Amino acid sequence: MKHLQIAVWGVLPYIVLVLFVAGTAWRYRYDRFGVTTRSSQMHESRLLSIGSPMFHVGLLFVIGGHIVGLLVPEAVTERLHASESLYRLNALVVGGAAGLAAVTGLAILLWRRVREGAVRAATRRDDRLLYPVLAGALVAGLAATLVEPLTGDYDYRLGVSVWFRSLFELDPNVPAMAHAPLLFQAHTLFGMALFTLWPFSRLVHAFAAPLGYAVRPYIVYRSRGAGAGPAGIVRDRP
Amino acid sequence: MAPRAPRGRAPRRVMAQIAMVMNLDKCIGCHTCSVTCKQTWTNRSGTEYAWFNNVETRPGQGYPRGYEDQDRWKGGWELRGGRLVPRAGGRVRRFARLFANPELPRLDDYYEPWTYDYENLIGAPLGDDLPTAPPRSLIDGEPTAITWGPNWDDDLGGGPEHLAGDPLLRKVGDDVRLEYEQAFMFYLPRICEHCLNPSCVASCPSGAMYKRIEDGIVLVDQDRCRGWRMCVTGCPYKKVYFNHQTGKAEKCTLCYPRLEAGEPTVCSETCVGRLRYLGVILYDPDLVGEAASVPDEKDLYPAQLGCFLDPHDPAVAEAAEASGVPHDWVEAARRSPVHALISRYRVALPLHPEYRTMPMVWYVPPLSPIVDALAGTGHDGEDAGNLFGAIESLRIPVSYLAELFTAGDPEPVTAALRRLAAMRAHMRRVNLGEAEDPEIARSAGMDAHGIEEMYRLLALAKYDERYVIPTAYDARTVEHAALEGCSLDGAGGPGMLEPAFPPGGAPPDGESFHAPLARPGARAVADRLRGRVNLLNWNGRGRPAGLFPATPATPEDER
Repeated sequence: MKHLQIAVWGVLPYIVLVLFVAGTAWRYRYDRFGVTTRSSQMHESRLLSIGSPMFHVGLLFVIGGHIVGLLVPEAVTERLHASESLYRLNALVVGGAAGLAAVTGLAILLWRRVREGAVRAATRRDDRLLYPVLAGALVAGLAATLVEPLTGDYDYRLGVSVWFRSLFELDPNVPAMAHAPLLFQAHTLFGMALFTLWPFSRLVHAFAAPLGYAVRPYIVYRSRGAGAGPAGIVRDRP
Repeated sequence: MAPRAPRGRAPRRVMAQIAMVMNLDKCIGCHTCSVTCKQTWTNRSGTEYAWFNNVETRPGQGYPRGYEDQDRWKGGWELRGGRLVPRAGGRVRRFARLFANPELPRLDDYYEPWTYDYENLIGAPLGDDLPTAPPRSLIDGEPTAITWGPNWDDDLGGGPEHLAGDPLLRKVGDDVRLEYEQAFMFYLPRICEHCLNPSCVASCPSGAMYKRIEDGIVLVDQDRCRGWRMCVTGCPYKKVYFNHQTGKAEKCTLCYPRLEAGEPTVCSETCVGRLRYLGVILYDPDLVGEAASVPDEKDLYPAQLGCFLDPHDPAVAEAAEASGVPHDWVEAARRSPVHALISRYRVALPLHPEYRTMPMVWYVPPLSPIVDALAGTGHDGEDAGNLFGAIESLRIPVSYLAELFTAGDPEPVTAALRRLAAMRAHMRRVNLGEAEDPEIARSAGMDAHGIEEMYRLLALAKYDERYVIPTAYDARTVEHAALEGCSLDGAGGPGMLEPAFPPGGAPPDGESFHAPLARPGARAVADRLRGRVNLLNWNGRGRPAGLFPATPATPEDER
């Protein structure tokens, strides 16, 4: 049992990290053409216009919540005079709402993907693998957010978060994770699967967030010989 | 009034653009351009529904259906408080709608592509009935009913209920609609407009779309496109297509690999009516933004005319070469048929200038519907007086053409049609040996010499006068080349290799002349193999020099 715990919570995260970083570098180097949202909005627009913003915006809040919850130690929020109960309430309400939106959005999108023939035909093998993992991670995470505060009094900031930060100190705190409730463990495993799939699936389009659009001039000019890459943009609008 | 470059004053910067003019009088609606374009560029899965070139019948809905209704599709630019903003919204709204684009046409707005189950023709079991090839959707492979296509209302097919979907007819007004439908019809071939102020480029969040500095062609960088689909909405002509297989935007490339080699686009080359013209236009990029934001839409056509420069003006030529436009491009601009039809004769007009994108594919409006209408009433359709009168009185076609080409202003359309009518009347007198009537030319604001030149360009339309296309250059290297002479002349450069053909022998053909230079790696291999024997040429007798590599000199040999 001990060896399994070490393998899962002490070794696996690093394997995932290597796959995630190396896979992303490989994708960027060899397959920039493949990086796309691969939108199916042309085939079906009504359900997508409800489900997609719900899912994506919910997910953005969820990611923000994870960053705060995992990276900010309890000592810091205490010094900011944010009481434990306030923090918990915030995590429950905002996190719960965001998680609920993401799960509902994903449910709409999956329903659409199964029911609409054209969208189903546009679904690839990597999608078939990705969607169950994504759904599993979201549902387990939402359950951990909503169910745990009601049933137990587990403080993930003293368990999961400690384990997560210890990974980056190259000294994984395996017991901190091994003693977490099953729901948290399942969510973490799904999460690791998601990070493994990330560079090799459509998830990679998250890296394509077009932040440069906010500061770019409207019209882009480029020289014929400039080739690919950001250095190709030669000058702005006349 | 429109901003205009002061005559005789040199512009600060000059840019060159390859533009197209189509003479609608000659279009017979044969769709050869569409078919050859499709075979060249979109004969792939994911782009089955995409026609970079399409020909639509006017009046008609067009392709995709009703694309000209910008209240619905939100393409192009609009003035908001004097500022030019994409009609679909600026940066903030683009970010807000990143996850679902509310103005994206569905596949059904184009049409659902289909094939036929040909297998059934030969594989059906023996029976009393002839087997058929039932239609199958190319999207999901299921049996489908064919209810629309890329030119479903071709030749006014489908009747009045389809024509009611023409957004321009709605503008022209109910009272004239029916009369128009009965009397007139013409074809409108459309490609990407390669605009001076492209709203598709402005809409692209990834910065994947760009306008080429050298020739103004608007392209999509397939490696940077991320499939946000905003360009499809941004283009008011709906000429950017979403490849639903690769998840990338694709569009007309103006056949740039052909243009770079000095050859016309596939649609032009294969045009049966020889109605397309390709040539260089020099323009002042510093005037474009101002011209695109004139308050009155009817001023947009003259404002765009004001951006174009006269290549015969020495000050312009000097400024062009100072801006990096090569000499042969300036030369080509002087001979450009496009410049002649747009600026000199003023018979070509832009398509929908009210979208404020400054389109660069212009059209000579069709006079034939008016001639036909005249002839139908028993009048002489070639007589100048009759024609001039008809242009004025048949206000229906003029107002429809004005909605298409001049944001509703009938005056430039009438003027262009009058010049075409004057050309007809003048040339008939010439051909019949009648005495010239200088009044005909003067009434259209031209002279006999100008009319005959225009006749040569429009009616005879010789290949090398229709297409004046200089070969490609690279804006970044022009300056260096001018300073250092030929960049290929350096020691070891490709210019110093043994001649590929013997002196006095056949020169290289056009295609290999434009072939890309060998990669450095390939050249290193070629260098290493120089002096060696090609075994394919060896007759097997004796041991020719170079059959074996020279033994490297060893210290022992030196002793």
